Amino acid sequence: MSSTNGNGSPRIGFYVCHCGHNIASVVNVEEVQKFVATLPGVIVSRDYKYMCSDPGQELIQNDIKEFKLNRIVVASCSPLLHEHTFRVAAEKGGLNPYYFHMINIRENVSWVNTDKVMATEKAKDLARAGIQRVFFHKPLIKKEVPINPAVMIVGGGIAGIHAALTIANAGKRVYLVEREATIGGHMAMFDKTFPTLDCAACILTPKMSAVKNNPNITLWTYAEVEKVEGFVGSYKATVRHKPRYIKEDLCVGCMDCIDACIYKEAKYPDEFNQGLSMRKPVYIPFPQATPQVVLVDPETCIDFKSRRCKKTCIEACDRDAIDLHQIDTYEEIEVGTIILSTGFKPFDAKRAPQYGYGKHQNVFTALEVERLVNASGPTNGEVLTRDGKKPKSVGIIHCVGSRDAKTNKWCSRVCCMYSLKLAHLIKEHTDAEVYNFYIDMRTPGKGYEEFYDKLLKEGVHFIRGRVAEVTDWALMPEEKDRLTIRVEDTLIGTVRRIPVDMVVLATGLVPRDDAQEIRRMFNISCSNEGFFLERHPKLAPVSTFTDGIFIAGACQGPKDIPDSVAQAGAAAAEALSLICAGKIELEPNTAQIIEKDCSGCKSCIPLCPYSAITFKDDIQKAYINEALCKGCGTCVAACPSGSIIQNLFEDEEIFSEIDGLLKFAGLETGALCSTEMEVQ
Amino acid sequence: MPDKPKIGFYWCASCGGCEESVVDLAEDILMVADNVDIVFWPVAMDFKKADVEKMEDGSILATMINGAVRTSEQEEMARLIRRKSKLIIAYGSCAHLGGIPALANEFAAQEILDYSYKIAPSVVNPEGTMPLIKTKHDETRNVTLPKFRETVRTLDQVIDVDYYLPGCPPVPKLLKAAVLTLLSGVLPPKGTVLAPDNALCEECPRKATKPVDLAFKYFTRPHMILADKDKCLLSQGLICMGPATRAGCEAACINGNMPCSGCFGPTSRVRDQGAKILSSICSNIEAKEEDEIDAVLDEIPDPVGTFYRYGLAGSLLRKKIMEEEKQ
Amino acid sequence: MSAETEIKVAEKKPWEPKIIAFFCNWCTYTAADLAGVSRLKHAPNVRVIRIMCSGRVDPQFILQAFASGADGVLIGGCHPGDCHYSEGNYKLLRRFRLLRRMLGSMGIEPDRCRLEWISASEGDKVKTVINDMVEKVRNLGPLSIPGHLIELSNKELGIKETEILREEAVAHAG
Repeated sequence: MSSTNGNGSPRIGFYVCHCGHNIASVVNVEEVQKFVATLPGVIVSRDYKYMCSDPGQELIQNDIKEFKLNRIVVASCSPLLHEHTFRVAAEKGGLNPYYFHMINIRENVSWVNTDKVMATEKAKDLARAGIQRVFFHKPLIKKEVPINPAVMIVGGGIAGIHAALTIANAGKRVYLVEREATIGGHMAMFDKTFPTLDCAACILTPKMSAVKNNPNITLWTYAEVEKVEGFVGSYKATVRHKPRYIKEDLCVGCMDCIDACIYKEAKYPDEFNQGLSMRKPVYIPFPQATPQVVLVDPETCIDFKSRRCKKTCIEACDRDAIDLHQIDTYEEIEVGTIILSTGFKPFDAKRAPQYGYGKHQNVFTALEVERLVNASGPTNGEVLTRDGKKPKSVGIIHCVGSRDAKTNKWCSRVCCMYSLKLAHLIKEHTDAEVYNFYIDMRTPGKGYEEFYDKLLKEGVHFIRGRVAEVTDWALMPEEKDRLTIRVEDTLIGTVRRIPVDMVVLATGLVPRDDAQEIRRMFNISCSNEGFFLERHPKLAPVSTFTDGIFIAGACQGPKDIPDSVAQAGAAAAEALSLICAGKIELEPNTAQIIEKDCSGCKSCIPLCPYSAITFKDDIQKAYINEALCKGCGTCVAACPSGSIIQNLFEDEEIFSEIDGLLKFAGLETGALCSTEMEVQ
Repeated sequence: MPDKPKIGFYWCASCGGCEESVVDLAEDILMVADNVDIVFWPVAMDFKKADVEKMEDGSILATMINGAVRTSEQEEMARLIRRKSKLIIAYGSCAHLGGIPALANEFAAQEILDYSYKIAPSVVNPEGTMPLIKTKHDETRNVTLPKFRETVRTLDQVIDVDYYLPGCPPVPKLLKAAVLTLLSGVLPPKGTVLAPDNALCEECPRKATKPVDLAFKYFTRPHMILADKDKCLLSQGLICMGPATRAGCEAACINGNMPCSGCFGPTSRVRDQGAKILSSICSNIEAKEEDEIDAVLDEIPDPVGTFYRYGLAGSLLRKKIMEEEKQ
Repeated sequence: MSAETEIKVAEKKPWEPKIIAFFCNWCTYTAADLAGVSRLKHAPNVRVIRIMCSGRVDPQFILQAFASGADGVLIGGCHPGDCHYSEGNYKLLRRFRLLRRMLGSMGIEPDRCRLEWISASEGDKVKTVINDMVEKVRNLGPLSIPGHLIELSNKELGIKETEILREEAVAHAG
């Protein structure tokens, strides 16, 4: 073991951290420290209470100077937490930061192993492996890549809108890509927002307008991201513009075409109104849609089906903005960072069949009722059952698709509040008896508990119990022709049957159907529940494990509007932080071909998903473009002549770890079969 | 006139091919004979063990020992020759990595003896007579046989080896270069394998026909297809060890339209040749689902025999762990 | 403890399975950390080597681990389709399928070499897999490849390799 790597034979400083009691209560740190002191190359071996603290780091820096150390090994918590901290400390002490190696004896040992003797043995093995490995570390230089100041934001709901405005106001270019024909997301569908009962459209539309008018924002609606390539600082995204069959820059939103459409009556379910009203094949999602441009639905427009329509719409348009021959177009953009704010999907109420959605016509989802109470909704703000009557009693069932072992375990965070809001609005619009069936009342935000108090005083009935079923099977005269809610009222300890005219299901928030597809496109992860995974649940809620890609809003997990806006601001700030720095340093764990050793066998070339390896015809050898290499090491493992090395994870480094972990192992021997031919 | 340097040749568990390869030097053998004194070469000359014992320690410049080590006699001779030689060159695949004989490490020694002397279809041995180490002959003499070891070993697992000449057998060009190096007195670092340190693809005449996007949909074997004489054999689905094998033979087997079987062993940067070729070939399989992958891999019926044909004793595991060895 | 004493102690301790694990940074290593943060106690027999991607696992590492005395080797990577580097785990899967079969021909039982897909949020799976594997390997018994080779050398070649190992250990202790 005599690797010198440029700064003399190894002189190692080893530090084992107590981490208070976290490590020291299970691992005998003094024993580890004494053991490591006996290993070759170790000049200094210490144990200390909190290595990550300032004095701990100074200890390292002072030892480097005093003992002329050229390698540092720290055995403490996970490298995912503090590797960076100690690398910086080593650097401050005058060493290349990659001469530092970290060993995990907390998350991997003291926090999970109970036998103290075995835990200490394990810590010693890990320490020895680390000491042997660090011999082979080399003085690597971090790669610096520039950050393109443009930002792509995917998803134009309230989170995407807020992030876009924040970044655009900082003077940077934003591409806001939204797959629907208008921005606004789910918030545009709401009537009033809790707890202030602000009109959702009133607070949202100014922001939507600001997006349209901001010169720094390129707004692409009815567009989807098809492909993403590159890495932080230089992402290349391909965006597909879906055909509206309208020339967006010519349409002024006068909607004459809609009036002139060959269909006199609207016949097709209006998606924005949750299917509660109809639209024509040419339509605008809602009156304040941004951009204020209509679109044509090719599935229902007669001209697409038969190419024989009179096209009265085209006649009516004096801007000549209708073009029924549009096709998908693709555009490539280059951005440095990406924010994903793709939002959520409401839980499909059909998955809770006991509540009868889709079976009993007067069972509604919360979003349907939002549209009903909205003055510009399908019923102009009247709360009516599907048979056109005003309900005299309404039951609101909480936790549909949330807090449920059969569907989703999580709490969707907003449903209690919006159920209270709907209770208030329904009562206001109909003066009906309103019953809220809840498990717990979750009102954590500013003004939320006070809102609940107000509702209590308004005469809304609150029944604590999980509803068992909604049935139309009448057992008593007052239940005839109505829906009966069967529930255990846990506060009084009886099972009750409550007949109502209308049932509202407070459906929870779930990930969108294509969340997995989307997150693979952007190379981030999802949690077990299917929401996009943040880098750290407490300390990094808007960044992901992929540098330069941020998440904000309900796509990261159920949340209300203030939290979505807060996250959007946070994501914008993190993106701006990268942009202002202008560059980012990448971990130098890339692979390189050793040219003289490569035989040009081409085995590695197809292995790289980033096309970082090419075959150079002039020298007949493979070549790795360092800028494209992400450091996975797959080619290194596959090279049959051992001619590729990966910085920080070289074969020698890993073999030395294996050796260190297994020193003196496997000496238990079994009986051997003897075939020595014995003398007769 | 100073004495000519002395060299020797010896053979352990060997087929004789390495001895023939010396003869394959053809005219160059005269150059060798002119410049050195061959003092020990059992197959070709009449020197005996006793003659070697009488030599002075270190008086032989270099002895090239071929063949793997399986018996106590081979060990004894290897040690004797080691004492008498300044340099030992492990000659040929068997001495270098175990060679074909090392495939026996997949079996217990007793299994092999039983098969050879009792079970094989062509054996007639009704009394089940087995070889012995020692027996009395005519009540007067003791006749002995060497001990048959549990495992086949490479030469360097028994004695200290200075250099390696790889190949089954080594090619005349490399042998000649080795002899000239010895005579020059300018010796490479101890432990060097005297062959190029790049893989065979470097000098393969079919290199240009190997695609950069090779993805195996299937594997096949030399007896199952008529291989195209001009195209890269891997691209035809044959397992060619070329990418994981040292160059130096000028792609002899490929020029015979047969895939490389790896006899030159791995480059100096690889610890286990079989592991590396397995890694490379498997990484380039097209299938992604486990059952599809397995279906393609089933077309490699004998991975040990294919990937470790010449190198089992010199591999990381060295031998199969037998049932009797486990407690 | 001096290295010589250590080797004596190593020879006499009651056997505990020793398993080397290769965990990929983005999924399995993160899950192992999560198991730590959640204090999910499990068997202490597994020693983790951290790599960036399971695709970095060279079959040589697995063979070297066994040859150096490991009783089992565990590899942890991202679920198929989720690899942080797109497809590294598929390449590893292909190598693993053949390597495991080949290890079987070399007398190393399939349960000793295991590949698990563990995502970053599956801390509990880390615990279950480790506990399960340690038990399986415990039932299989020690593999002891170095021990067997040393014993063979001692017996057949008369080379006291244990002596050599001791000398190495003493030199190693500086």
